[in-house]
This record gives sequence, structure tokens and C-alpha cells, in this order.
Amino acid sequence: MFEALSEKIQEAFQKLARKGRLSEADVQQALREVRLALLEADVNYRVVKEFTKRVRERAVGEEVLRSLTPTQTVIKIVHEELIQLLGEPAKLDLGGTPPAALMLVGLQGSGKTTMAAKLAVYLRKQGQRPLLVAADTYRPAAVAQLETLGKQINVPVHSEGTKVAPPEICRNALRKARREGFTVLLLDTAGRLQIDEPMMAELEEIRRVINPREVLLVIDAMTGQEAVAVAEEFNRRVALTGLILTKVDGDARGGAALSIRAVTGIPIKFMGVGERPSDLEPFYPDRLASRILGMGDVLTLIERAEEAFSEEQACKMEEKLRTASFTLEDFIEQLRAIRQMGPLEELLGMIPGFQQLTKQLPAEVTERGLVVTEAIINSMTPEERRNPKIINASRKRRIARGSGTTVQQVNQLLRQFNQMQQMMKRMQKGQRGRGMGMMPWLR
Amino acid sequence: MVTRSKNFRSGLAKTRRSFFAKIAGLFRGNQITDETWEELEMLLIQADMGVDTTLELIETMREEVTRRGLKDSAQMESLLKDHLVALLEQVSRPYLPDERMLHVVLVVGVNGSGKTTTIAKLAKFHRDRGEKVLLAAADTFRAAAIDQLKVWGQRVGVDVVAHQPGADPGAVVFDAIRASQSRGIQVLLIDTAGRLHTKHNLMQELRKIKGVAQKQVHQAPHETVLVLDATTGQNALVQARKFSEEVGVTGIVLAKLDSTAKGGMVFAIAQELKLPIFFVTVGEGLDQLVVFDPRAFVEGLFEENSRRLR
Ligand SMILES: Nc1nc2c(ncn2[C@@H]2O[C@H](COP(=O)(O)OP(=O)(O)OP(=O)(O)O)[C@@H](O)[C@H]2O)c(=O)[nH]1
Ligand SMILES: [Mg+2]
Repeated sequence: MFEALSEKIQEAFQKLARKGRLSEADVQQALREVRLALLEADVNYRVVKEFTKRVRERAVGEEVLRSLTPTQTVIKIVHEELIQLLGEPAKLDLGGTPPAALMLVGLQGSGKTTMAAKLAVYLRKQGQRPLLVAADTYRPAAVAQLETLGKQINVPVHSEGTKVAPPEICRNALRKARREGFTVLLLDTAGRLQIDEPMMAELEEIRRVINPREVLLVIDAMTGQEAVAVAEEFNRRVALTGLILTKVDGDARGGAALSIRAVTGIPIKFMGVGERPSDLEPFYPDRLASRILGMGDVLTLIERAEEAFSEEQACKMEEKLRTASFTLEDFIEQLRAIRQMGPLEELLGMIPGFQQLTKQLPAEVTERGLVVTEAIINSMTPEERRNPKIINASRKRRIARGSGTTVQQVNQLLRQFNQMQQMMKRMQKGQRGRGMGMMPWLR
Repeated sequence: MVTRSKNFRSGLAKTRRSFFAKIAGLFRGNQITDETWEELEMLLIQADMGVDTTLELIETMREEVTRRGLKDSAQMESLLKDHLVALLEQVSRPYLPDERMLHVVLVVGVNGSGKTTTIAKLAKFHRDRGEKVLLAAADTFRAAAIDQLKVWGQRVGVDVVAHQPGADPGAVVFDAIRASQSRGIQVLLIDTAGRLHTKHNLMQELRKIKGVAQKQVHQAPHETVLVLDATTGQNALVQARKFSEEVGVTGIVLAKLDSTAKGGMVFAIAQELKLPIFFVTVGEGLDQLVVFDPRAFVEGLFEENSRRLR
């Protein structure tokens, strides 16, 4: 697990191992790597400092010094502490007499409006009757944005244009909700800086007149070091009850969420993972911990693979692998599906330990490798694809010509394919293939 | 567990109090000690400069300090600032430097970074210089994005070429360029939908939009501007890298610099990608677009947030 970081810690320990037993100072060296990894993930400097202090106490205290596998022990401690700090996934609080009001707050552009629509869809699925409230009267067309979303997802929107003050709009919405039997009120407030005094006062006013069940800070997963200052100030002004992390479908490591959680203690409740109203996920501490540590995102990879390969395809493939009747024809079908999942480089980046590797690969080498492989197979006859043994020298020359490659390249592919088949046969006999060998065409 | 997380928090409060004290003291003319370097590291990281840039910078500074035999930290201040300014100046160049009939400016960036508002501000900037401006509403995806641009167009007093929501953005650009040519427009600003750089198909769409402009106007787009949110951390470099690879970004607008964030990731971007910063934006109003000034920006890095906070 966490290979990028593991490797670095391992290196740190290796330099020291020659001296024999690890000392406290040695552990310190390894923790430096942990520290850098967290800083690279946008975890706040202060939080990192405090966090590594805690890890150090545990590490030096007992486990690591005596451990035969100090690297793994350090990683384990880091992971455990991270998960603990991130806390349990928390549910929305809709208790009390309905309607329960949920107030979304945050900086400009963090994704509040989209999140309001997502929560509406989510809550409706739970049997609630949500009402969206357009309380952003400042940003041009913010009201229209919420109204459009409301229509798309078929959830009513309470709006009063841009002339009425937001606290007033919210109060009217609450009355309307009571009158018409809505059970949840979703208040979409304008984005604002935490240092904007009049705007923060407005939020306090809304909070006062509505008395919401939840005040949710919507924060962009890409946020840097300032996340803590932002959250602390919002918390001080309107007493936050939860945190929602957005744009998690990007590749930001999301250390901001950890920082905010550490400093304010506010629980993380949801994650936004796309632009569609259905792109909402509960928060999984272990997933986020892995992401912050740069472990890669195997789960996303699996999800993408599930999208690209149908169930039926997968079963067929498994059967073929099992019976070792996998042909070049199947191979190219798989390649095509893989390419549908996105650029190879990006996919590799999701695999633990591969992030460093992909950085070192000259751009597009792997992607180009796929293109060449595909071209070569495309130039074969169906018969050749099913039974590559018949490919003799003259056929090889024809294939090379047809695909704009060389006979060497054709040979190489055939050799790799042959190796792959051998490996499958071995696997069938219960022997396990070795890591990279599973994907010989990547070389 | 509860007590532990409480400890955690009070620990942080302490670190923070000393943080502001340290910044104030950093350049006050104390002896340069190991602690000075640690404080500097903290300052740079908290400004979102990133681990690599920070460590590299500190190494360079250490060498310089030794070479010049500097003893107190006040001398270090100007050395550091000059170095940072130089980093930015090395890659700076004017925005839209060439004379031509029609300038096409493509504005790109991740969701919510500030593209549309920046376009409104740029529209005003050009109009104030007496240029004829047209806007293209090529964000046909996000709800009410077209309306948003139209409101801005009205406020600035410039026309907006728009199609229906969901229309092909390439077609919008095509029409907007046609309209520009027939109306004698000097600057065409193209608003595009926010997109994460990790979305393969959306990046492809952006390439297509760019292709449409390229075909119609010689050397268009004449600037491809990436709008970065100043509150973004390390991902900003990844964004800049990826957008550059895909659509050849030519320069940056750093938006929302009125926030408490410092925008330090532009140094890594300047170093690695050699991209100039054309403007910063410092508020939601039309006038809050400022031509980028490296010196002023660097000074801002060392200003205490607490002064700006309340
Ligand atoms: N404080 C501050 N807010 C800004 C600034 N520039 C833009 N904003 C706000 O940031 C939010 C997002 O801005 P937009 O211009 O809509 O961003 P965008 O990149 O076009 O967003 P999408 O099209 O949704 O991807 C709005 O609320 C703007 O008012 C700025 O310089 N300072
Ligand atoms: Mg926009």
C-alpha cells in the first residue's frame, strides 16, 4: 500500500539500516518523507506539523524501533492516524420538526449551487420532499442557474429574483415550505470570502432567522493552504455542522479536507464527484486517506473499468483467460476498451506506485505503444489473429508494411503475446504471474 | 479519542499564534539561524509555493547567504524578494503584443475558477482602451452560463454571441468569429465551460473549439488564457501543465487574489512552464482586474493575513 510514500520511507531506512538498530533520529528521517508527502497533498503546514508529532510519538515510543519491517510499521501508523483524524462518515441531520433547513456556504466557485441540486436528488431518493432556495442574489444568473437545475431534476425552486434581501428570501421559503409540506429546505447562498464583513454578517442573519439543522461548508478539493483559515472563520461566524468536498473527480489530493477536519473537528459528510446531479458520494475515510498519501486511486480505476467493460464481456474474458483460449482478437478488443477508459498515462497514474513511474516515462510513450500494437493487430487477417503460429516471415513483412511498423516490432508483439499466453497457462495451474508481467505490452 | 482531538486543536492554536509572531520577526534583523530557515520554509509553504519550489528556493538562498557572508535576516529579505521577482520577470511578456485586425482570446480553466467574471473584466479593459469587443458564449453546458455572460455583456455594454443551451460550442465560436469579421470587432473573448483537466473528452472538446478558431483566423487564438483560482494549492501546477499540453496555454490570469490565499503556486508554474501572468483579479466588480506586477505580487506574499483578516 501507499507505494510512492513507502518507497521513500524505505529509502530513508535503507540508508540507516547499515548502522544496525534504528534510533529515534532515524525514525525522524522517515517522518520527513511523511511530512513532505502531506505537504504535497495540500495539508496545512500547521496540521502536518502536529500530525507528524503524533505519529512520531507512537513510532518512537515502541513499535517502529523494534519492528522488523519499519517501513510498513510507519506507513501503518500514518494510515491509522489519518483515518482516525478524518473521522467517521457522518449522516445529515434532518431531525426535529420538519422542514429541516440545510444551509450551504463557502467561497466563490466552490460548487454550492451544483451541490444543492445533488443533495436535492439524494434527499428525494430518501423519501424527502426538498425545496431549493435561490439565496444568491449577487452573482449574475445565479438564480437562473438554480432554476434551470431545479427543472432538470424536477425539484421546485423558491426564488424571488435579485431585489429581495437573501435573509428575507430564506424566511419566505421557510413559510412556503411549512405551508406546502416540504420536508427539507436547501439554501443556496452566494459565494463569499470569509473576510468580507457585510457578506458574513448576512450569513449570520440567515442563520438567525432560519435556524438551520445543518450549516455545510462546501469546499473545493483543490484548495491549498488557506482552507483552514477559511473554515475557521466560517465556523466562527455561522457554526458549521459539516463539510462537503467538491470536484473530487479531479486529481487533487484533497489535503484541505483533512486540515479543516483536524482544526475545526467538523465532520466530512459528502463528496462531489462530477457535474451531473447524480454525482454525489458519501465520504469514505480510508479512500480519502489513501488519496492524500498519494496511494493512487485504484477504486476509481475499477469503477472506470466497470464502465468500459460490460458484465458479459468480463465473463467472456474470464472464461478465456481460464481456459487459455485468449487470442489476439480478444487482445485488441481489450485494448480498445482500455483506451476508452482514458489516456493510458492517466490510468497508470491511478495505480499505486505507478505515479512516479509515469512521471519518468517520456510523454506518450505508453500511449504510442498502444497505438502501434493496435495498428499491428489490425493489419493481421482474422485467421492470423486467432492462430498467430501461422505468421511466417512473409506474413510478418506484409503486416509490418500494412501497419507502418517494422518486422522487429511485429516480432516483439508476437513474442510478448506468446509470453502472456504462457503466463496464463501457468496461472491456470495455480502459479501466480509476477506484477508487471501481467501487462507485457506496456514495455 | 475526543480528548486526543482536543489536544490536537489546542496544539494547533499554539503553532498559529507563534506563526504570526514569527513572520513579523523573520526579517527584523535577527541573526540568521536554523530557525530562520525553518520559519522561511513555513512561510513559503503556507503561501502555496509547494514543497519542491520551497526547498529549492531555500537551498539557493542558503548558498547566497553563505557566499555573500550575510549575517542578519534583514539582509536576506531583499535578496529573497529580488530572486522571486526575477523568477516571474523572466517569463513575463505583454498580453496580446501584436498588431492585428481581430484578436481572438480563448479563456479556459477548471470549474468555478473565475473565467466568466474575468471575461467581463477583460471586456471592460478592452472597451476602456477604445477597442470594439465581442463575447462568445461557448459555455453551453453549465446551467445558466449563457445568461450569466449576457448579464455581464449588458453591464459592460458589449454584444454576446450565443446559441441555445446544449448547443455545439464549436458552432458558437464559428458564428462569433463570423460576426467579429463582419462587424469590425477588434477583440473577441471566448468563454468556455469549466472542465477538470482530467476529463479526456472535455479536453478534446476544447481542442476542437481551438481548432475552429485556428481555421478561421490566421494564428488564432492569439492568446489562450488559463484562469487559475488563487485559493488553489498544488493542483494548480497540474492544471497548468495539462491545459498547456492539450490546448497550448499562452498565459495566466490569477483570479480571486482578494482572498487570503497568496497564490504561491505561480512560481512553480513560471519555472516549469514559463507561462507569463497577464492579470490578477481582486474582487467581483468589473474594475477589479489588475495588470500583473511581479514586485507587488511578491510583496503581497509577505504580508500578514491577520492584517487583512477583519
Ligand atoms: N472574491 C472574488 N470572487 C471572484 C473573483 N472573480 C470571480 N469571482 C467569483 O467566483 C465565482 C465563480 O466565478 P465565475 O466567473 O462564474 O467562474 P467560472 O470559471 O466562469 O465558473 P464555471 O463557468 O462555473 O466553471 C463567482 O461567484 C464570481 O463572482 C475575484 O477576483 N474575487
Ligand atoms: Mg463560467
